[in-house]
Amino acid sequence: MAVLTYREAIRAALSEELTHDENVVLLGEEVANFHGAYKVSEGLLEKFGPKRIVDTPISEAGFVGMGVGASMLGIRPVMELMFWSFYSVAFDQILNNAANVRYMSGGLINCPIVIRGPANGGTNVGATHSHTPENVLANHPGIKVVVPATARDAKGLLKSAIRDNDPVMFLENTILYGEKGEVPDTEELIPLGVADVKRTGTDLTIVTYGRSVLHSLVAADILEKEHDVSVEIVDLRTIRPLDFDTVLASVKKTHRVLIVEEQKPFASVGSQLAYMIQREAFDELDGPIHRLATIDAPAIYSPPVETEQLPNPQRILKAALAAVA
Amino acid sequence: MSKKASPTIEKKDDIATSACGASSQAPVNANLAKPEKIELYRKMVRIRRFEERSLRAYLAKKIGGFLHLYIGQEAVAVGCCSLMGKDDHVITAYRDHGHAMAVGMDTKALMAELYGKITGCSKGKGGSMHYFAPSLNYWGGHGIVGGQIPLGTGLAYALKYKGLKGAAMAFMGDGAVNQGAVHEAYNLAALWNLPVIFVVENNGYSMGTSQERSSAGPGLAQRAEAYGMNWATCFGHDIYEVRATMDKFLKLAREESKPAVVEIDTYRYRGHSVADPDQTYRTRDEIEEYRRTKDPIQVFQQKLIEEGVLTDAIIEQIDTEAKAEADLAADFAEASPYPTPDDIQKDVYWESDNPDQRASKGRLFFD
Repeated sequence: MAVLTYREAIRAALSEELTHDENVVLLGEEVANFHGAYKVSEGLLEKFGPKRIVDTPISEAGFVGMGVGASMLGIRPVMELMFWSFYSVAFDQILNNAANVRYMSGGLINCPIVIRGPANGGTNVGATHSHTPENVLANHPGIKVVVPATARDAKGLLKSAIRDNDPVMFLENTILYGEKGEVPDTEELIPLGVADVKRTGTDLTIVTYGRSVLHSLVAADILEKEHDVSVEIVDLRTIRPLDFDTVLASVKKTHRVLIVEEQKPFASVGSQLAYMIQREAFDELDGPIHRLATIDAPAIYSPPVETEQLPNPQRILKAALAAVA
Repeated sequence: MSKKASPTIEKKDDIATSACGASSQAPVNANLAKPEKIELYRKMVRIRRFEERSLRAYLAKKIGGFLHLYIGQEAVAVGCCSLMGKDDHVITAYRDHGHAMAVGMDTKALMAELYGKITGCSKGKGGSMHYFAPSLNYWGGHGIVGGQIPLGTGLAYALKYKGLKGAAMAFMGDGAVNQGAVHEAYNLAALWNLPVIFVVENNGYSMGTSQERSSAGPGLAQRAEAYGMNWATCFGHDIYEVRATMDKFLKLAREESKPAVVEIDTYRYRGHSVADPDQTYRTRDEIEEYRRTKDPIQVFQQKLIEEGVLTDAIIEQIDTEAKAEADLAADFAEASPYPTPDDIQKDVYWESDNPDQRASKGRLFFD
């Protein structure tokens, strides 16, 4: 296996899919000449040329909508949002057009678009640039939502997303771009909707996704060594479709649950999970379902305090101890 | 600076002026055979009769939601869509019945869609504002004002990407020109020379607000100049003029991949939607004056009589057939079944509708 950064893994997935299908095109702000605001697309312009790697103006509603329209005619656009936070100005195109066009046409049209970019806090860029909209997106039937935590998952899931015939929202993380991980040398397509047990354990299930997976792994080691608590970590990887069977299997094993998400708590992914777990595994639970989310306020700028606003190993440790008490 | 200052920029293209005047002599019209002219006329009459029939059904509460009628504007959709080649595509807003019929959609499926029946063109899932027929290069039918314009730009992008010599016509009303998405699309189309014609059907009112109360500047199409795009205006009650104007821009789009904005002056006789008040923002006299002097069907009928193409007998026959077709469509819609609750979650995801080809796992739907 090769060791790649999360950034390199996404770049490799893009490169492979651009090679695999001539209808795949990467469009977004600064993706070509600038090599990507976060250097994800570095080298792709040189490799694939300006027809396949296209700089757009700062015009999210326009270019996302254009991508949706092009996808209806068989193009497979991968649209990079410099930050997922900018989804708000393209919201009508995502929700009314990408999500609804298949339905409103009675199934006559499909929309194989991927919209990707980072969605995370923790970089001290304030409330406008720190949105994590996976819950908002997943609230709309017709679209799929992927939030990979590792390099391997990012690559395998992005490849599947690009080949998917439905619109896929792919949420990356600026802090993870530099994280290294093993990625298979041979082509790997990881299906959407398959969770991954990132750590096995017997006393507590942590259900999580995205960067919170890494924090949870750190917390789990401390829990094991210092508190004799064995933690199982279920990384959802995909929010919609949702691999709830893997969650259920883990809950039936540990009987205690903590949901960790970098997400505002009101009507979050965790809210949905908590409902489903109590509904389908009520008798398996030895205690209430616990949840750790972003502290409920707009993202604060102040660097040391933002760390405390988000899930982090210490907050997870505390929440886990409460969940097993 | 006065918002109503006279335009200081001359029209950069002589296309607009050259299209006016003797549009019946423009080659695109002069070359029409008699039966082709009759077909154009027939299409307009069929649209009118279909919509009148749908209005009766709406008033009888057979149809839910909104009903945005196109009556008065028929020459625009029929004129534009009559120019479509195999690689030309159309997308429009919610006043979409005329365009749907102009591209050739079946009136039974259209009426059944209004009735919310499973036999509707969108299986009863879209309704009046959301007609689609991709097999006829017709991409809707979109409910959010201006939201379809980036999509139409994307159709043009796809054509250019694939190297096809086609063009997209992206229709909008005069109310859409103030939406940001429209300007973003203008910019992209001009920046990348995409083969798209932005057709502004200016019926004078964005819902109940007149153009002068909603849109700054000297004219709607002229805004194209800011993006370095060609533009023109033409009258929409004269199908020859619509065709002559659009033909030139379509050729420029297909052959030179040049986008344009074409503003077509037209008028709707009914309210924004049927249920809306119609006398708060315009007078009955205004409507009657247009109907009397500029009704697109009457205007074309008169021309075709003068050309010796139409006779009273043919006119009568076309009208009778159009009424019968509309009645048949209504009967079909009435007799058709509704979708069932089991249909609600179909047509949401391609994958759930094609389970044997599904690559993903996990739950797609929640309760």
